[in-house]
Amino acid sequence: MARYIPPEQSKAGQVFDIAVVVVAIFVALWLPLKLGFAGAAKSIDPLDAKTWDALGQNATMASIWEKLGYTPETAHDIIQNRFHYIIDWPTLIIMAVVLIAYFVFLFRASDREYREVINEKFDDK
Amino acid sequence: MTAAVDTGQTTTIHGDRVSLLRVLGPAHVWALGVGIVLVGEFTGWNFSADKGGALAALIVCWIVGLLYTSVAMIDSEVTSTVAAAGGQYAQAKHIVGPLMAFNVALFLVFAYTMLEVSDAILLGDTIVAKAGVEGLTHNSFIAATIVVLAWLNYRGVLMTLNVNFVITAIAYVSIVILFFSVSPWTQGAVLKLNELVTPGNALPYGWIGVIAAFQFGIWYYLGIEGTTQAAEEVRSPARSLPYGTMAGMITLLIAAAMTWYVCASLMPWEYLGITYYPLWDAGKLTGSPLLENLLFIATLLAALASANGCINDAARAWFSLGRDRYLPSWFSAVHPKYRTPYRSILFLLPIALAFAFIADLNQAITFSILSGVLQYTFMSINIMMFRRKWPLGTIRRGYTHPFHPLPAIVLFCLCMVTFFAIFLGFGSQLIAMTVFYFLISLWFHFYRYKFVRRGDQFSMPWPKPQGY
Repeated sequence: MARYIPPEQSKAGQVFDIAVVVVAIFVALWLPLKLGFAGAAKSIDPLDAKTWDALGQNATMASIWEKLGYTPETAHDIIQNRFHYIIDWPTLIIMAVVLIAYFVFLFRASDREYREVINEKFDDK
Repeated sequence: MTAAVDTGQTTTIHGDRVSLLRVLGPAHVWALGVGIVLVGEFTGWNFSADKGGALAALIVCWIVGLLYTSVAMIDSEVTSTVAAAGGQYAQAKHIVGPLMAFNVALFLVFAYTMLEVSDAILLGDTIVAKAGVEGLTHNSFIAATIVVLAWLNYRGVLMTLNVNFVITAIAYVSIVILFFSVSPWTQGAVLKLNELVTPGNALPYGWIGVIAAFQFGIWYYLGIEGTTQAAEEVRSPARSLPYGTMAGMITLLIAAAMTWYVCASLMPWEYLGITYYPLWDAGKLTGSPLLENLLFIATLLAALASANGCINDAARAWFSLGRDRYLPSWFSAVHPKYRTPYRSILFLLPIALAFAFIADLNQAITFSILSGVLQYTFMSINIMMFRRKWPLGTIRRGYTHPFHPLPAIVLFCLCMVTFFAIFLGFGSQLIAMTVFYFLISLWFHFYRYKFVRRGDQFSMPWPKPQGY
């Protein structure tokens, strides 16, 4: 197999590629934050009676909360801020399809490239 | 501007061939791995209590410990055989192919850069909380941390990792001191586990909460695989890398168990799950000013050590991409005096700064975890391919891990559980990141790959892989 000679990349081309990567990083990581996608589904389940007992805290727990500077009123929003785990099946299926498609493409395309590498490296051996 | 040309393991600058220095021993490998990870005991792991309760945090501590033991076993075998800068990146290049290597390097860069961001946020918030001054924000502390550590990395790897060894050791010893100071063998005097973790609140969300807790359970150990990034700068990779990595894993399992036991015995799970500094809080709750101040300092040191190691690792992964022309070769320059990948260090600096100011702590942690889990999924498949292409006896391995393929299967299954756990809180981010990796892979495969020298991607003196 003939040895592959890659083209030399101009400085402008290098700068452009760096810009593409930087933009891609910020779009992928910053956009979900900006659009408010980040963060788990937590919400406060409010209680009328804000006492340690109503908040499910025994005497030991209550004494520690107080040591940390909390009262039943100020601890209420922490203690009652709960996850509500609901499996959103369409989103779960989309996530699974995206992950599987990504890995299948990754391994198949890598294998095509790898065969070129091996053929050139072990040419005539 | 320095003219840099990449030639395999070296970079040529003004006609002189310059390579990374082989100066590191097993202690540096341990310091790099544990230094990056130990901050996970000081913050982050406790968010798993928020997602599933205190008992869930303990369950995932051990199960995720199993995941990372598999990672360490697999990594030790492959890295002791493929000893090149970039760690898992070099492994992927030799075993799977260039596109996978490109993705693995990006996983590494994102995982470590976002971990560095988390460390800087933790450090800034801890100082602000300690100062207690109204109007004081964490921004200046975050900026100073990232810039000073980048400078330290710019100046040289040996100095960087010597600093890491000292501050990691101090932070670790502080956990041991805290553990023995609270009389762990007796309950009721200081520790009150039975009264804080009761049958009624141990698993407040049931078993779905345990699965959800996997997301932040990863944080107990995330980054231990970073030991392999120094492969090209270690004097004896076949000996130092497995030894340093496995010793690091044992160290972390002990630290994680002690941390959970002390913290869960000192504060209610609802508070444990939301605090940014559980060990510092534990120090406060003992009532000892000495322990409180020790844990405050240790929290800062752990964050510094981790951020320091992360800059080191992310820059080396980025440098490797430039050297192989997967990214512009401009990044492959080695500093003529300090022999460090200085352009990669400087390029990643503003990215870390930007995200430190726009993300909060658990978002930055989630970004890091996402890239980490994608990487571990790759590792479980990679070891299967490695053993199939070069069965035992066909090449010289520095270390051969036992029970193959059990660790790979365990690792793969636990990665699937962790993906589901991430879906339970951060599914949209996972989809967005995977789509990003998909699109950037298309860019690489159909455009960027034309600049890559094919045969040069395989530099190990191995026979042709079976099946090719």
